Order: sequence, then structure tokens, then C-alpha cells
Amino acid sequence: MKVENLREAYGQALVEIGKRNKDVVVLEADLGKSTRSCLFQEVYPERYFEMGIAEQNMASTAAGLALVGKIPFIHSFAVFAAGRAYDQIRQAISIPGLNVRICGSSCGLSDFGDGSTHQAIDDVALMRAIPNMTVLVPVDAVEVKKMVEAVVEYKGPVYIRINRNDLPVYTPEDLECRIGGIYTVREGQDVVVFANGVMVSKAMEAAKVLQKEGISVEVVNVSTVKPLDADALAEKAKGFKGAVVAEEHSIIGGLCSAVSLALKEKKVEVPLEFVAVEDRFGTSASNYEDLLKHYGLSSENIYRKVKCLLK
Amino acid sequence: MESNELIKYLERKALKLRYHILEMIGVGKTGHLGGSSSCAEIVATLYFHWMNIDPNNPKAPDRDRFLLSKGHAALVQYAALAERGYFPVEELKKVKTLGSMLQGHPDMKSTPGVEANTGSLGQGLSIALGMALGLRLEGMKSRVYVILGDGELAEGQIWEAAMAASHYKVDNLVAIVDKNRIQATGPVEERLSSDPLAPKWSAFGWHVIEIDGHSIEEILKALEEADSVKGKPTVIIAHTVKGKGFSFAENSAAFHNGALTQEQYLTAKRELETLMQRGE
Repeated sequence: MKVENLREAYGQALVEIGKRNKDVVVLEADLGKSTRSCLFQEVYPERYFEMGIAEQNMASTAAGLALVGKIPFIHSFAVFAAGRAYDQIRQAISIPGLNVRICGSSCGLSDFGDGSTHQAIDDVALMRAIPNMTVLVPVDAVEVKKMVEAVVEYKGPVYIRINRNDLPVYTPEDLECRIGGIYTVREGQDVVVFANGVMVSKAMEAAKVLQKEGISVEVVNVSTVKPLDADALAEKAKGFKGAVVAEEHSIIGGLCSAVSLALKEKKVEVPLEFVAVEDRFGTSASNYEDLLKHYGLSSENIYRKVKCLLK
Repeated sequence: MESNELIKYLERKALKLRYHILEMIGVGKTGHLGGSSSCAEIVATLYFHWMNIDPNNPKAPDRDRFLLSKGHAALVQYAALAERGYFPVEELKKVKTLGSMLQGHPDMKSTPGVEANTGSLGQGLSIALGMALGLRLEGMKSRVYVILGDGELAEGQIWEAAMAASHYKVDNLVAIVDKNRIQATGPVEERLSSDPLAPKWSAFGWHVIEIDGHSIEEILKALEEADSVKGKPTVIIAHTVKGKGFSFAENSAAFHNGALTQEQYLTAKRELETLMQRGE
């Protein structure tokens, strides 16, 4: 399976859109080497603003740039992009629906060594609660590129969550990316897994094992958490004996919440199981896989939840 | 206009703004009288003389921008926008009511002429900085004016923006501190003193001008000086009186967001009308 780095893909995509649209400007809070916004700086230094370790000022400055017609992309680790600058994103950017793109890099537990202060398990919930906000959780490097391209012309604020690590590529190069779309990564008949980000790969691993036991699992990438295509989701869930929702985020306020609400709203009564971080903070670990397992964000756990649904 | 005539004209406009502020607050309803009236001369000078703006073409790309970072003083901006013809004066009566174009704090989507959403304190200077950077990138001559409260200076983000503006040598940005010395619950210096203010801004790389914020003459001179400063942003520290023009409300925290009695309302109306008649 081909693996690619999402941050690297993100930085390259920024350069691409910068080439095509001169209104694209990039703001960074001293993490450019990590978020890979530094790639844009190399090519377009006059449109790159290093704002220092001052996320709040970065977010509001981006609002000002958007107000004079620019398309600002702002960057930090997800925990700071969404958390430290929350009020700025809410007040100056989201109330008037400005075209600011917020990149939350090293999201979820993907910054495994740095511990709870640097691991964003609540960013999707925070951003999803803000009216007018669009929330994207791409699955792989190809989808990252497609999403960055898609948000240039998109109206309103966007939060995009970028994993720090190399992840398997599932998105076909020729897939047409639509903000709000859901994508079937693997077809199946018995149970459907709605997942995004790194959890799609965990679902795919679980599906492989279950296949050997004669259980057929469909895996759907729900990379737009908001606006969630409730109709498509409901339609998808209908034929299955159960559904698992899997995300690298707190069980409160993210994809699990969004899918539950959507299915309820559409009156689809399918048994649900969740794979997410229980209501607790992150912690340090020496590698990403150990940490994901520690929080139950594993293919084994998805396997167990599927079996539960079929009991 | 001769300079004496201009000053008189702008003084009359400031009185008119205070009159609208009074009418908007009325009797028995809370409203931000103190902080709206303390910057009436500054707002009048910007809207009725200084800024390159056109109510008939409110989105002209080369216009100057005005932001009220201390958004709770929205009444003074609404009064100026209505007087300047951005919307009918009758709209002022509906301020802060359901469905009104005039929200409790400036809302660009609701109100013609409002340039951003401000009022969550500490953010306006950063928004102004972003506008100034973007306008410079476009090669525009437009300038950005932002009014800050002195209580607001306790917000750390102000100083993030102050550092960034001088770092980027932004000289199309002018901040005006409405230094009325009183915040919601009392004197600024008893809560979180920001004095000495001039050396602080100076240390942050800004060109500093101190004025009497009720003297149109001094406001005009300061704006002119700010225009000539190159390579750094300018801050005008305007010493003002909270509740200026309302005898019972001057220097009082009670009218930061207080309600007027019938008697206070009538007193204020009489006082303003006398001054307005004298000015004609």
C-alpha cells in the first residue's frame, strides 16, 4: 500500500493554488517547517506573513486580509489553531462568514511525543459548533491536495485538519472532490464504517480481517464533517445491519455526534457503535501506533465493534 | 472650507452625533452612552471630513477603512453612518431590536458602512492590520483607522498586533486610543493600568501623538501628522472624558452601559439643544 505524508502534500498544494490565484496569502505562527507552509514562503515570500507565536493576532489579521479581498490560509498545530484563536475565529471570521482557511496541523494524536498540550482531541467539536464553519478531515495526501484546491473558490470559513504522519493513500487521483461529499472506499454488505482521517485506514485493516471470517464491511470516508450530507449518509446506512463511526477525536462533538444526529434526523434506525477517544486528554508515547491503540483507535477495536453489531 | 469654519462644522456634527446617541438610548433602556460620547469628535472628524469614503459607493476598493474596535460604542458609529447617508436616520430608532440592521455591536452583514465585526475586545487592531497589509499588497493608497478603548488595552492581542504592525512597517494604519480613563466597572488605573501609555506604544515601534480628543483642531493636526509618517504605524492617544457632553454622566462608570431616567434624558436633551442652537 502506497503511503504519503499529508503535511507535505498540503504544503505542495498551497504552492499550486498560489500559482493559480494571486489572492491566496499565507499566515504562519512559527510552525512553518512543520505545517509545511514554508514551501509557499520559498516561492511567494511577498504573500507570506510570519506572524510569530501569536495565533490570536494571526486569526484576526487574516480576517482583515479577507475583508480586502484576499484568501488567507492560517496555520498552527490543530490544538492552537482551533483552541488558542477560538474567539477570533468565532467573532471576526465566522459571524460575517469570511473566506479564511484555518489549517489545524498535527491534528488528533498524530503529534504523539508532545503529549496532551499538543494533541487536539476537541478541535473538530469546537469548529463544528460555530455557525457558517466548514470542517474537513481529509483521509490521505491525495484528498488533502484536492481539498486545498477545492477551498480556494469556496465561500465562507473552512477548518481543515491535517495529520502529521504518513498515511495510506485511498483516494483515486481522478476522484472529483466535492466539499460535503462522502466517499465509499470499500464496498460491503453487512456493516458500514463511517470514518475519516487516520481511522479510514484502521477500518480498512479491520475489514480485511473480517472478510476472512465471511463478514463483509463497507468503509465510507466522511471527510466533510460539516456540512454533513445527511441524505447521502442516511441512504448509505439504510441497507446495513449496523454502523460503526470511527474518528481520531473525542467522542463528544465530532463525527460520532454528527453522524448520530444526521441518522436520527433522517429517521434511519440502524444500530450504532463508536470508536473515538473517550472523554479524556492525550498523553505522550514513543510512536503513533502505540498511542492510537492506547486510546482504542485501532483496527482491533473496530473489529470488535463490528462483531458486537452482528451479535 | 476655512479651517475655523471646518472646526465649527465638525463640532456641530459631534453634537449631532451625541443627540442621536441620546435618542437611541432614550429612557429606561441601557445603552453605552459614556464610551460613545467620549469619541464623538474623533468619529465626526473622520466621517465628515477626513476619510475618503462615499456612502453612494460604500464598497469602493480605494476607500479608507474605519473600525470601531471598542464595538460597544456602536451608537456613535451608527449615528455617523446615518448622518452621512449610509442608511435613513429613522433606522436609528430600531437599534438593538429584533430584525434591526443595527445590532448591539458592529455587524458588517447587517449595517451598510460597517467594515468588520468588532466588539469582542482586543481584535480590532489585528483586523485593521490585516486590512492595511492587504491594501498595501494591492498598491492601494487607502488608510485604515481603528478606535481602541483604553480599558481594551488590557487585552494581550492588542500588543501582539502592535508588535506585528511595526514589524511589517505598516504605515497606512492609524490607531486612536479613546483614553477616557473609565471602563465598565470603574477607573482603568484601578483595574489594570496601561500607563504610561506613550512610552509603551513607542517601545512597540509606533509613532505616538498625544492630543485632547475633544479638540477638533488637535484631531485634525494629528491625522495630518499620521499621514506623513513613513515606515511605521501611528497611534493617536486621545485624552477624552467618558460621557462627554452629558453633565450628569461625565467621568462616571454608571453610564458605561446605564439607563437614563426621564429627568436625565430631558436634561441631556435641553443641554444639547442649547449647544446646538448656539452653534448655528
